[in-house]
Amino acid sequence: MRNLVVFFYRNVNLFVFIILEGFCLFLLYSRNHYQKAAFISSSNRIAGDIFTTVNSMQEYFHLKETNENLAIENATLRNLLRSAYHAVDLREKSVNDTSYHMQYRYITARVINNSVNRRNNFLTLGVGSLQGIKSEMAVITSNGIVGITKDVSPHYTSVLSILNKEARISAKIKKNDYFGSLYWEGGDYRIATLSDIPTHVPLAVGDTVTTNTFSAIFPDNILIGTLSSVKVKPGDNFYTLTVRFSANLKNITHVYVIKNLLKEEQKALEEKSQNDK
Amino acid sequence: MISDLISNTLRFAILLVLQLFVFNNIQFSGYINPMVYILFVMMLPFETPVWLVLFSSFLLGTLLDIFCDTPGLHGTSVVLLAFLRKFVLNLFSPRDGYESNTSPTLYQLGFGWYIWYASIMVLIHHLTFFLLEAHRFAELHKTLFRSLASGLLTLVFALLYQYLIYRPGSAKS
Repeated sequence: MRNLVVFFYRNVNLFVFIILEGFCLFLLYSRNHYQKAAFISSSNRIAGDIFTTVNSMQEYFHLKETNENLAIENATLRNLLRSAYHAVDLREKSVNDTSYHMQYRYITARVINNSVNRRNNFLTLGVGSLQGIKSEMAVITSNGIVGITKDVSPHYTSVLSILNKEARISAKIKKNDYFGSLYWEGGDYRIATLSDIPTHVPLAVGDTVTTNTFSAIFPDNILIGTLSSVKVKPGDNFYTLTVRFSANLKNITHVYVIKNLLKEEQKALEEKSQNDK
Repeated sequence: MISDLISNTLRFAILLVLQLFVFNNIQFSGYINPMVYILFVMMLPFETPVWLVLFSSFLLGTLLDIFCDTPGLHGTSVVLLAFLRKFVLNLFSPRDGYESNTSPTLYQLGFGWYIWYASIMVLIHHLTFFLLEAHRFAELHKTLFRSLASGLLTLVFALLYQYLIYRPGSAKS
């Protein structure tokens, strides 16, 4: 017994190291279900409050840009309104039913924390479950996609940025509807990779890439970006494509969170037919 | 002793705030993220007991992790650095050991000594950090480039800190 105590005493530093490092590694590797350890994340109330304060100061530096973006968006929306009235008039004359069912609801949110320089980037939004946010909702800006919501607390939401190795988004080429999978390989925050498009499809630099509805998260035809390079590796059946994001992910201040009202229905149906096999 | 305690506690707080609100926002070409907060671990006095170095680094790393949304990442790499600090110091120790009541700083041990010490410490921390962050070997060259580039910038800030902010008179007394 005495020897044991002496042994511990001699190696106390080693044991302190092992315990602390073990705790850190435990945190590191349990991060995928860290709702359990939700207090260590920026959904945390205190961290959120501090970021809100700092962010409200930083917002002043972006006022000019934000105003310009809002003005552009207002103009776009006005155009949409006029054409919408037109369409409604037409429909009332020809079709006699309420054939349109609302599928997507847009919720505005303020970005209170953001990063683009790590391998795995996250954003924090100033809205939470009290505003109806859940996990796995789409997050976009007025000119492109941003990511998918992950953890939600009553007042804050953390968003898995598209600039994260966990994020993979189903995307399509707008002009011919061929679809592939979009992900980020690290490095430049303006460029992503699009895979799984076969080489017989005619493509050109500058083609528009948009979302599709396969994952039941994003609405159809939300802009992602444009093809910035189109290459084929010798002997490969698929293109090596890079996409330049249309949204500048470094200076976003306001985003929309999109709630798909029919998501459960689509998911349940797809699961049912897969299980029936 | 007491003044050492106060100056190191102050350094802890200042480096934490600077790291969160200044250095984490430096985004050179989207890759480079200097981590100047490890200066706290590097500048603790020679006589600081190892368990205290470990606990204070653990606290610093965990606080950073809470704010950066990276559970365990900063913690793991800075605790490892704290543990290896003693061995790095022994590696570079002068023939008759370090003088008592001093800290590993540029003023007390000279430029040549400091640049070696700082490079090894920065390299240990940055390699651990970026390898754990990427957590795959497929992007090894990218990860190594990030560690080296960020490390170089951290080193520059460490030297600037030694020349501009650190006052040798206040720490000696």
